[in-house]
Amino acid sequence: MRAFTFQRSTDAADAAAAVAASSGAMFLGGGTTLVDLMKVDVLAPDTLVDVRRLGLSNIVVSDEAIVVGATVTNSQLAWHPAVRDRFPVLSEAILSGATTQIRNMATVAGNMLQRTRCSYFRDVHASCNRRQPGSGCDALDGFNRGHAVLGVSEQCIATHPSDMCVAMIVLDADVHTARADGSRRSIPFRDFHLAPADTPHREVALEHGELITHIVIPHLPAARRSHYLKVRDRASYEFALASAAVVLDLDGGIIRAARLGLGGVATKPWRALDAEHFLAGRAASDETFRQAAEIALAGAVGREHNHFKIELAKRTIVRAFAALRDGNV
Amino acid sequence: MRTRLHVNDTTHELSADPRLTLLDALRDVLGLFGTKKGCDQGACGACTVIIDGQRVLSCLTLAAACEGQHVLTIEGLAAADELHPMQAAFLHCDGFQCGYCTPGQILSAICAVQEAHAGVPSHVTPDVRQTVNAATLTDDEIRERMSGNLCRCAAYPNIVAAVRQVLHAHGGVAL
Repeated sequence: MRAFTFQRSTDAADAAAAVAASSGAMFLGGGTTLVDLMKVDVLAPDTLVDVRRLGLSNIVVSDEAIVVGATVTNSQLAWHPAVRDRFPVLSEAILSGATTQIRNMATVAGNMLQRTRCSYFRDVHASCNRRQPGSGCDALDGFNRGHAVLGVSEQCIATHPSDMCVAMIVLDADVHTARADGSRRSIPFRDFHLAPADTPHREVALEHGELITHIVIPHLPAARRSHYLKVRDRASYEFALASAAVVLDLDGGIIRAARLGLGGVATKPWRALDAEHFLAGRAASDETFRQAAEIALAGAVGREHNHFKIELAKRTIVRAFAALRDGNV
Repeated sequence: MRTRLHVNDTTHELSADPRLTLLDALRDVLGLFGTKKGCDQGACGACTVIIDGQRVLSCLTLAAACEGQHVLTIEGLAAADELHPMQAAFLHCDGFQCGYCTPGQILSAICAVQEAHAGVPSHVTPDVRQTVNAATLTDDEIRERMSGNLCRCAAYPNIVAAVRQVLHAHGGVAL
């Protein structure tokens, strides 16, 4: 690990200013990604600013929304009674990821900012445009079984690893931030993560030194009927090969509205809006769900080892919606 | 970097490089070798400790980030010669073989029992909206809640038995 200075902060604006002051500075949340990647030299910040004592660790529940502080832990959020009641998809998504120890450490903002698990990104001897712009991508023709089929480019096919973010994107959350100059703004969750295109090193819509302060999840009555289905190589403690976050608003056997997010198959938390539009007004049958799944994966591009994910994702979508329809979740 | 750390009811003033992890602080600075270094990258759970009541991985925790926090390690569990109920259960159920993962398993198990008594769900809970009943928690639930602690000797059946024994005892576990 490279040497760095450690700064404690108790004020959001001060923390933002401290990071903005140095191009090599980073915020430290739970450390589950950052400290890990510092140990293997993938990240080498010259300054760490600890953001866990900024007073951003509360969950505030109202009729209109649930407001989640940036440093609320993943466990805190998944276990909160109001989250479990209003947004089961979010609680299920979080609980399907990592382990209790890691969820107790990891913050909500840190989960959003976690880096890909692509083995070439994590290996400083490999070529990786995300880690080192312009160096190439060893995953394109390498061992790419775990890689993305949606949102890919010729520069990068790294999968976004988060489960929580897939639920957040179907819930239309808003990300609130503070900048060093004292200004604040909010970013729709679906605009927060960037697909790699020609700039895979640009992963999120934040400026350097911009601090996430809280996430607002607006009330969505239909989300009481929601579900997260994760398919993976092990029963526990494994990243998704494919996952689906689904919300189903039913009028008898007819779909009033549906929401669909995908994980494990895309370069960023994925919202399948075309499939959602298709589902509205149709019968909630397995055939309808299969057609929606075909639409959701229409733009998928498989490579040597990850072609199976395209069919796997379709079946995951059908099973998630069918389970929700049948109350079997 | 100066850091004030409470470990098992003793307060320490560390003066160390910010790169020092909590795991290395416990072992190499404070001489508490019960906390084990397995993978050192957050995968195996051998370094599990309890900070302010929550089980966490000490290998991914920077000591400097623990200013003022209370850390409980395996050395802090037994009261004189009296084992903590979870330690006794691991002995009684033969919940280990080589013993390297055991301190992390025991600390993790104590928290798993407390979480179950608090009624919080896990990934295998059929409905996250329901409050979990610790007294009827299934072995699948125990396995899922303990999945962050790997055992290369594969003592898992007996580890599950030890957790089950404490879980179903009256009153849960006091730290």
